[in-house]
Amino acid sequence: MTKTRKKWIYFLGLAGVVGLLPLVVKGGYYLLVLNIIAINGLVVLGLNLLIGFAGQISLGHAAFFGIGAYLSAIFTAMYNAPPWPTLLAVMVFTAVVAYLLGIPTLRLEGHYLVMATLGFNIIVYILMVQMEYWTGGPSGFAGIPPLNLGPFPVEGDLHYYWLLWSFFLAIFFLSLNLVDSRVGRALRAIHENELVANAMGVNTERYKVIIFAVSAAYASLAGSLYAHYLSFISPKTFDIFYSVQVVTMVVVGGIGNLWGGLLGAALLTALPEVLHAMRDYALLLYGVILMGALVFFPEGLLPGLIKLWSDKRAAKLGVSE
Amino acid sequence: MNTNNTLLKLNQVNKQFDGLMAIAGVSFDLNSGEIVSLIGPNGAGKTTLLNLISGVYPPTSGEILLHGADITGMKPYQIAQKRIARTFQSVQIFQDMTVLENVLLGLHHRLRSGFVKGMLHFPGERREEQTAVTQAMDSLEQFGIAHLAERKADSISLKEQRCLEIARSVVSGPSLLLLDEPAAGLNIRETEEIAAIIQGLRQHGLTILLVEHDMNLVMSIAHRVIALHHGHKIAEGTPEEIQRNPEVVKAYLGGTHSAER
Amino acid sequence: MIWTQLPQFLVSGITSGSIYALIALGFGIIHNATGIVNFAQGEFVMIGAMAMISLTQVAGLPVPIAFPLAVLAVMAVGWLMEIGPIRRARSNSILILVMITVGASITMREAAMLVWGKTPRTLPSFSGDEPLVWGHAAILPQTLWILGITLLVVVLLGIFFNRTMVGKAMRAVAENRRGAALVGIAVYRMTLLSFVLSGGIGAVAGIIITPITTMSYSAGVMLALKGFAAAILGGYGSMLGAVVGGLLLGIMESFGAGFISSAYKDAFAFMILLLVLFVRPAGLFGKEEIKRV
Repeated sequence: MTKTRKKWIYFLGLAGVVGLLPLVVKGGYYLLVLNIIAINGLVVLGLNLLIGFAGQISLGHAAFFGIGAYLSAIFTAMYNAPPWPTLLAVMVFTAVVAYLLGIPTLRLEGHYLVMATLGFNIIVYILMVQMEYWTGGPSGFAGIPPLNLGPFPVEGDLHYYWLLWSFFLAIFFLSLNLVDSRVGRALRAIHENELVANAMGVNTERYKVIIFAVSAAYASLAGSLYAHYLSFISPKTFDIFYSVQVVTMVVVGGIGNLWGGLLGAALLTALPEVLHAMRDYALLLYGVILMGALVFFPEGLLPGLIKLWSDKRAAKLGVSE
Repeated sequence: MNTNNTLLKLNQVNKQFDGLMAIAGVSFDLNSGEIVSLIGPNGAGKTTLLNLISGVYPPTSGEILLHGADITGMKPYQIAQKRIARTFQSVQIFQDMTVLENVLLGLHHRLRSGFVKGMLHFPGERREEQTAVTQAMDSLEQFGIAHLAERKADSISLKEQRCLEIARSVVSGPSLLLLDEPAAGLNIRETEEIAAIIQGLRQHGLTILLVEHDMNLVMSIAHRVIALHHGHKIAEGTPEEIQRNPEVVKAYLGGTHSAER
Repeated sequence: MIWTQLPQFLVSGITSGSIYALIALGFGIIHNATGIVNFAQGEFVMIGAMAMISLTQVAGLPVPIAFPLAVLAVMAVGWLMEIGPIRRARSNSILILVMITVGASITMREAAMLVWGKTPRTLPSFSGDEPLVWGHAAILPQTLWILGITLLVVVLLGIFFNRTMVGKAMRAVAENRRGAALVGIAVYRMTLLSFVLSGGIGAVAGIIITPITTMSYSAGVMLALKGFAAAILGGYGSMLGAVVGGLLLGIMESFGAGFISSAYKDAFAFMILLLVLFVRPAGLFGKEEIKRV
């Protein structure tokens, strides 16, 4: 099937780029940015499944990201738990929390759903700040042990580059598969018209809650990896600004387009770094660029650019539609 | 008459919206293999009745039985799993999806692959998808729109959309099909094509409950007609009996004239 | 012991609640005209306060003149926001428009930082700081100003929406956009008006609260969040709901801080908000829509 082949070609292309980048990119700082892109990319991936496919908006994903990071940190640093099993257990735990939260929350619609997820994020944030004994409070949690692969410790930005991007690619591939399956179809149907999807035999409430839990698990995984990578976390990383930021990445890249989501994550993670030289004007420009991207490419940068390109090509060939 | 092949039974079904009685004590039976038409002036409660049977909302009181089993208050997806399929008054297709994907959604509850299988694309999952695609294409073929399979669903004509909606609802092999004004907005020739399709479905053993304004269509294909007015059942009988029924005539003349053609 | 503090908590709850109510009203007005959540609502509040500070302390204008000027300035900001990014957006998707307001919020916040700096600023109270003691509660004169001005805004809005043609037209747009357009209401003008009006109300909230709480360039976010929560609590888009939701949120927060722990006061308020939503998914005064097929 051509569609499947296309997916493989693009995916292998991406894997190739990821494999070759370290040859070109030297220096810890650039690798750090690339690694953060992989982490944000994971969160955005899950969120895109939720927003772009099931049509449900969450402004609380920083909370799931934070739960992953803090629980991994607490269990491995304070109780010497082995990192990998902990990471997995924390993922499952976060998914269960999201599932239970989702049952009443996803019955809400539109702004009410946004508020409920936002409220959850704020509550989790306050717990992070206040439960000082476990979390270290506002000053953060330091000394999180690094990950290891069997006897080999994962150390330094380059090691983590391979680890984080392997994770990203694997989950990205699974997500591409999911989108192109019975479940993906049902999710898109829910997005377009929940009632009709239900009449087609789709248990819409169950699907919404499960995809919410899945996307929370992605965020939790990203959070655990983040904690082990940087060895230090503080509540500020997990406040609602991060939630807003990841939703922005989804929207700017292209809602419902997983490749677009990756582009959005890459651009919006790198943009503040690029703008850093502008000092006090950096965030101002960020805001202006964000507005511009949304005003002129509302369908997302990737779909928008593809359309521009094919329009141009059509014009060149003298094809008009 | 022949109670042993009663497919669907409505028993004293009521529905209230904010104190307004939309359906009042409606009872009737549907027998396997018949085409029954539901008629009535605008606002008589026809679509509400379909929504009650298909589980869009629960009745305020009364019961709905399928093969003698209570299905009152079930959710739409559960009703769909009980092999009751429906179409909608204003065409409700998934416009951002292809024609083929729309029909595949009609097969959703017949397929099994869930999240894990979908992510891993196990061979079994791929086989299931392949079979489903074949089945969906057969259905599109049957309704003469197979050539549109890869088109986006909002880019095809209204008649093709209606055919698509019917294909989507029957592809899973339901036993009861609820059709809500399948000929609305179509011209005379297209309406005849839809009539032929409906009769063809019945020959495949489907039972059909048809809400329709077009009296010519109703009279030509329905075995039995049920007339609603202000949420009450005012008459039931053969098309000829209904046409002569003074109550029905009064309801229509007293109501909106646009209802009749 | 602690019960004697109850009136004091009530007073401070109603004070901050009034501000939440004003912000919630701003959210509601834009929502009713356009269906979008304006994330820059908090920045309207902040810029209103900052403009007032500049007008009184730099330009040296007296309060009665500076107040309306500051309000007008923020109305102009709302106007610019609507004729700029909102109107030029090549999409009418609610989500896109909402995210554009997020961009606008960041832009305004950072611009404000460049103009007014990072240090929190304050305004003198309108009429002194000598508290009026009343039983167990001490009331600042500024609190009375806040209550009075909030009440005035609510009454004026009530008259506007119920007695004037333009107000009725805005309500018609909220009820049914297409229907309103069909009877000849210029919907886009109502959209513009909603941003201008919300800007004005936001500015009022910022100006009257600053003497008590101070104001910094980044304060808008939390204020918007509370106002949004108040609007949701009352039922999004309902004017009565916005006022009741704002007051309730303020009182809950104040009691939570007083009786439980001030560290958890926000957590407490949002916890109750979530519980309310789970029981009444459309808020206290919101209408649940019946789905049509």
